[in-house]
Amino acid sequence: MNRAQLARAWYITAKDMRTYYLKAPLISWGILLPVVFLLAFYLRAPGDIAEAAPGLIGLTVLFGATSVEAVVISFEKRIGAMERLVMAPVTVNALLIGKTLSGALFGLGTGTLVWLASTLVWGLPLAAGIPLLIILLGSVAFALLGTLISLAVREVFDAMTVSNLFRFPMMFLSGVFVPVTALTPVLQVIASLLPLTYTVDALRHLLLGGAGAFYPLWVDVAASVVFAVVLYLWTLLLLQRRLEDLL
Amino acid sequence: MLAIETKGLTRHYGALVAVDHLDLAIQPGELFAFLGPNGAGKTTTIRMLTGLIRPSEGTVRINGIDIVRDPLAAKGRVGVVPQRSNLYGELSARDNLIFMAQLYGLPRARWRARADELLAQFGLMEKADSLFAPLSGGTKRRLTIAAALVHEPAILFLDEPTTGLDVQSARGLRKLVRELNEGGVTIFLTTHLIAEAEQLAQRVAIIVKGRLITVDTPAALRARVQGENILELAVPEPTEGLLAALKASAAVADLSRAGDMLRLTVPSVDAAVREVTAITQRAGVSITAIRTVTPSLEDAFVQLTHLDRDAMQNGGPRRQEGGQP
Repeated sequence: MNRAQLARAWYITAKDMRTYYLKAPLISWGILLPVVFLLAFYLRAPGDIAEAAPGLIGLTVLFGATSVEAVVISFEKRIGAMERLVMAPVTVNALLIGKTLSGALFGLGTGTLVWLASTLVWGLPLAAGIPLLIILLGSVAFALLGTLISLAVREVFDAMTVSNLFRFPMMFLSGVFVPVTALTPVLQVIASLLPLTYTVDALRHLLLGGAGAFYPLWVDVAASVVFAVVLYLWTLLLLQRRLEDLL
Repeated sequence: MLAIETKGLTRHYGALVAVDHLDLAIQPGELFAFLGPNGAGKTTTIRMLTGLIRPSEGTVRINGIDIVRDPLAAKGRVGVVPQRSNLYGELSARDNLIFMAQLYGLPRARWRARADELLAQFGLMEKADSLFAPLSGGTKRRLTIAAALVHEPAILFLDEPTTGLDVQSARGLRKLVRELNEGGVTIFLTTHLIAEAEQLAQRVAIIVKGRLITVDTPAALRARVQGENILELAVPEPTEGLLAALKASAAVADLSRAGDMLRLTVPSVDAAVREVTAITQRAGVSITAIRTVTPSLEDAFVQLTHLDRDAMQNGGPRRQEGGQP
């Protein structure tokens, strides 16, 4: 992709960030929800709260990134504004990158904030900044997942509802509340199919010295990359085929 | 080189043929109207011409560029004003234009300058910092047109530009379209308003159920029905008996109602006036007004498409049965 198209992708992202970051669904799902979970973790076991950090970071990234996509795609579809982007000289690839980046950056931003806060408050290791890479990979994969879902449905409300079909199982199976090591073998297999599992698992290595981790760190990183790449190609293919549905 | 050229342009939606083998050739600088009732395939056509949807068959060339083969080049040469004023409600008027300047690849130094040029040209400078969402329908429409002109396209597509506007705004908008055309922009507009096509366009294409009925200048279309004479008369409360007598008369070829007038198509004005006077006299009805009418584009349209006037407003094409009101 050439520079002109990349620039256009960025303008789409910049416009979406400016327009939608303060919309109600984002505040409630992207910011309030992680806060509620933090409180829940705290009330359950105030002493072990630091152990909740990997799951909390993972959830924040997941809900933030997918919720942004529900808004920037479904909402614009509803008001007919996606038509503007399709009629402009912008490639499908630039459109996808432009639309997905706002979700990825939101996930990256909120996830990084929670991580930095947890290191400050609970003294967790900075791990040479590698958690940032894990948060980034997760943000990209989850934003693409959000894009994929939002392309398939009509309304913001539907996008949120359908997203929850994926988000809630991940919440319980991906090691957020209960480490994957404590799951039955069948559930462990299902957990291995979910991208959040690898984000949380990697963070358990980096922040908790491997407590509750299920896979080696390199597997977590490799799986995160594979998820991001596969979701990217899948979404691009879907967008190329169904561009007319955006009108 | 033609500004817009289509060959055998066709689009299916499942079993429905929305646009059926359309051949168009539009010269640079033309103001071309695409006239048809709602559901005739106008929006589908404009979407194919602007690369929003792909044709099922046939080709579209914009300034000689095939829009399916090189969509970016073709899209960069046209401006599109969709039926909905769909700029971003949360952005100001100026920021909307700046965003369009970014998407169409204007150099950074030109973004704001071009936005302000357009705001000034469209008389919207005082709204520059207002958000788009709360603006009036007419202002939104103007701004949507301005947004389509950011990259100074040679061809402008307008889909039902005056739909939903009040009379004043619609008139202002037509003036604006005419001025743009006089400035050298090729204009392709769709409309279901016969009068709009007649006032604005140098050539009119009539489309019904996806098929092109005819393409010609408004004058030439009117001339096709010029051989006929139209007599309009007003009688207070015309009875069924009177209508039947008029229709049965050899001097009257066709009878319909236009508002509170009876509209008679007649082979000879002289014979018809004598006959009509006699019939009304016998029926004991007085004529309150009588006049001859030059056939309008509307008459030509009705004759060419067999659609009645109401079908244009109401959408569904309806067969006209023997000219009965």
